[in-house]
Amino acid sequence: MLIDLFLTFFMVGLVSFGGGYAMIPLIQEEVLNRHQWMDAVQLADIVAVAGMSPGPIATNIAVAVGYHQAGPIGAVVASTAMILPSLALILAAGKLIMRYRDNQLVKSSFFGLRPTVAGMIVYAAIVFAQNSGITMDFGWQTWSQIAIFAGSLFALVYLHKHPFSVVLLSGLVGIAVYG
Amino acid sequence: MKANWKLIGSLFATFLRMGPLTFGGGYALIPVIEKEIVEKRKWLQSEEVADIVAVSGSVPGAVAVNSATLIGYRIAGFGGALSALLGIFLPTFVLMIGLSLVYVQMKDNPKIEAAFLSIRATVVAMIVFAAIKIGKTAVVDFATGALAAVAVCLLLFGGSFVHPVWVIVFGALAGIAVVKIRALLGRKTKLEEKEPVYDYMI
Repeated sequence: MLIDLFLTFFMVGLVSFGGGYAMIPLIQEEVLNRHQWMDAVQLADIVAVAGMSPGPIATNIAVAVGYHQAGPIGAVVASTAMILPSLALILAAGKLIMRYRDNQLVKSSFFGLRPTVAGMIVYAAIVFAQNSGITMDFGWQTWSQIAIFAGSLFALVYLHKHPFSVVLLSGLVGIAVYG
Repeated sequence: MKANWKLIGSLFATFLRMGPLTFGGGYALIPVIEKEIVEKRKWLQSEEVADIVAVSGSVPGAVAVNSATLIGYRIAGFGGALSALLGIFLPTFVLMIGLSLVYVQMKDNPKIEAAFLSIRATVVAMIVFAAIKIGKTAVVDFATGALAAVAVCLLLFGGSFVHPVWVIVFGALAGIAVVKIRALLGRKTKLEEKEPVYDYMI
């Protein structure tokens, strides 16, 4: 179990380009499909908590998934595994990285990586929408969820609200509407 | 390099205080790092910090954690890197464990269940927001737009045959191929001089 946790998050750490949300498809594949450590709703809640807490989202997810699976030791193992690849890379090649950053090949691979990462995030949004019940049926709950989604997006994009306050407000709305 | 324990200790303390400020991810931390490391402590020059942040964006992993590690390494070698890393990571680690505990205790409470029903829809909005932000700097022409679309399709319809890791590898190779092919056709691709800054959410 601990070895599986380590290997999973080591791999996530190794390819973790473009931030936490881009890693969600990978975490889903490993945590839900391959190891079946939890169900989709539990993972969605973990992502919600990880997104509103301080700290990098992917590392937060690693801590929560590790904790869920194997308690505090699991949390330490998962987050260490997640950080290790970048730590090793930075320490082993501290000076080299500075030089190769301007390398043409490195730059062109990032030219392709960035839109790919954007695509991965779009996919993560689609899967999360399915799991959170937005697309399940067209009862009033679906419509209310669509309204909450639209309101949250508006607050983030146009009102420039911080994710923390948006999640907090959304929780209060949820208690008022569904409670 | 001989380990300078006093310096390593104050590096740890400095980043420990910054840790709780990394709300929602890395780039929000940069102004705070500038203030502490450059203005207050005068450990590094402003340009050095800018360089380090740019490099941190092109190494896998979270920008905040990578920046802290690189800054620690620059200032006090290996020990400095480890102490800065621990300092930035410890507060969020403890908080995340605390939140997981609270969640396990309260998730069957009907009020919390109702709150999360709404929060799940908000999470979708947060992810879409992250996609919009990265998409703006990433999708700059037809080729990059096509790459983003191909990535979505691979993941949606690839089922169990396409592991997300391969999608990432594919993206990097496709980038190299596109730039090479364009060069052969005599067209130049405008590559970013600096990694774009996505603020928080990373």
